[in-house]
Amino acid sequence: MLELRGVTAGYGQFTALWDVSLRVNRGEAVAVVGPNGAGKTTLLRVISGVIAPRTGDLVFEGESLGGQPAHRVVAHGIAHVPEGRRLFPGLTVAENLKMGAFLPAARRGYRESLERVYALFPVLAERSGQRAGSLSGGEQQMLAIGRALMSRPKLILFDEPSMGLAPVMVLRLFDLIRRVREEGYTILVVEQNVRQVLKLVDRAYLLEVGRIRMEGRADELSEQDFVRKAYVGL
Amino acid sequence: MIDPVFLAEAAVNGLLLGGVLALLALGLNLIFGVLDIVWIAYVDLVMVCMYVVYFLVMVYGWPVWLAGLAGLAAGAVIGVAVHWLIITPILTSPPVNQLLATGGLLFFVQSFATFLWTTDHRSVRISLPSLEVAGMFLSFARLLAFALAILAMLGLYLFLTRTFIGTAIRAVAQDRGAMALMGASPQRIYTVTSAVGGAMAGAAAVLLSIQYSVHPHFGAAFGPITFMICVLGGLGNMVGAFLAAFILSEIISVGGVIWSTEMGYVIAFALFIVMMFVRPGGLLARRER
Repeated sequence: MLELRGVTAGYGQFTALWDVSLRVNRGEAVAVVGPNGAGKTTLLRVISGVIAPRTGDLVFEGESLGGQPAHRVVAHGIAHVPEGRRLFPGLTVAENLKMGAFLPAARRGYRESLERVYALFPVLAERSGQRAGSLSGGEQQMLAIGRALMSRPKLILFDEPSMGLAPVMVLRLFDLIRRVREEGYTILVVEQNVRQVLKLVDRAYLLEVGRIRMEGRADELSEQDFVRKAYVGL
Repeated sequence: MIDPVFLAEAAVNGLLLGGVLALLALGLNLIFGVLDIVWIAYVDLVMVCMYVVYFLVMVYGWPVWLAGLAGLAAGAVIGVAVHWLIITPILTSPPVNQLLATGGLLFFVQSFATFLWTTDHRSVRISLPSLEVAGMFLSFARLLAFALAILAMLGLYLFLTRTFIGTAIRAVAQDRGAMALMGASPQRIYTVTSAVGGAMAGAAAVLLSIQYSVHPHFGAAFGPITFMICVLGGLGNMVGAFLAAFILSEIISVGGVIWSTEMGYVIAFALFIVMMFVRPGGLLARRER
């Protein structure tokens, strides 16, 4: 469904990703794990068009996305739940969800999408008139996910979804993502919380200083001595 | 002692003036909130739209209501043109360059208007009656302008809260990058914002046309006060600008009756300076997140 071929990218003089290739199949959940500063966020930014790759290409459902701006990429069916959630704090919960359905295609199914998101996250329906800035951290994360679902994506990118959440909420969050997965969405998640995320996904890539160091099935990867020592903490 | 009827009349006139000032301030504030650029030449675009109304009515003989609609449309077109020609190239420039560019536009528009139309004062000659209410003499033109200004602001409010694109405009003012991830092209949002902000300038121009005569330096009369309102209300804060417009117009109007028009402005500016020390973020700064 999504394929990156030899992507190199960065900011100005700085190169954050070196010759990265990876693949996400339809219906799969894939994680990219690695330490802080490995280039995980940059990777998602390249996919969603926030920054353009310097070399290499990315292909989504047979179409090249290389160099397309962010607002075009969404129209192909890729939604991005960004790092730090990036909600519109002064807008209400309902208005934030409405913005998720900004694309003309998503707008047509707006009511239906809204019902689905409210069914998935009932607390959002209860708080629909509240300002997004007044929600708790966990509720804000639900809203960020719900807003991404409103664009009716095929693939959802999650950038460090557990960041800034209390440990109890982290467990609940992974349950939420699991529920989203069961709805049939394809998922690419970037996480530092390696132990939890490997329980969620089918396959994973290990990214270190901008290069893919390892890849494999999640259960196999979590068995590797190297990964266990460095990230899982067992 | 001043006759209380005079004071009441001044207070009502202040309120009526406040309506049009609020319209101007909201248009300027809307553009600033979304683009982070202050259109220094905003009120001079109002002046151009007033000339549009003047020529359509006095030279081409259009009915006033139709010329008014044309003035509104002219404002929207000018807004888009300014965005594409002046603002787009300097969108990511340092603030001082943006200030120079939009300030330069002000001098260009003023000088060009002087060149084309000379410094004559021209007015749309429509005679509207004065009304006498409880001993106060109120101009019908002002009442009409006030009512239409309130209507225009209501329209803006509904546009910003009820439509997809209007809500997106508010969202972009809070987080530009995140709105691109929702599939909204930033340039398209900016263009729509500039068109709406320009239309507000056009609407204000129509309402000012039925009360004042137009000349190339018209912007100098209303420009400073419009910026003061925006800053006093908190740049980008629509509710703050709305309130500030009425506070300042009351001070100018009532102060003008008690002392003199000049003194009214002196008090308004003095209050503005004091407020900048007390509440540098604007009237409603504390309620902002």
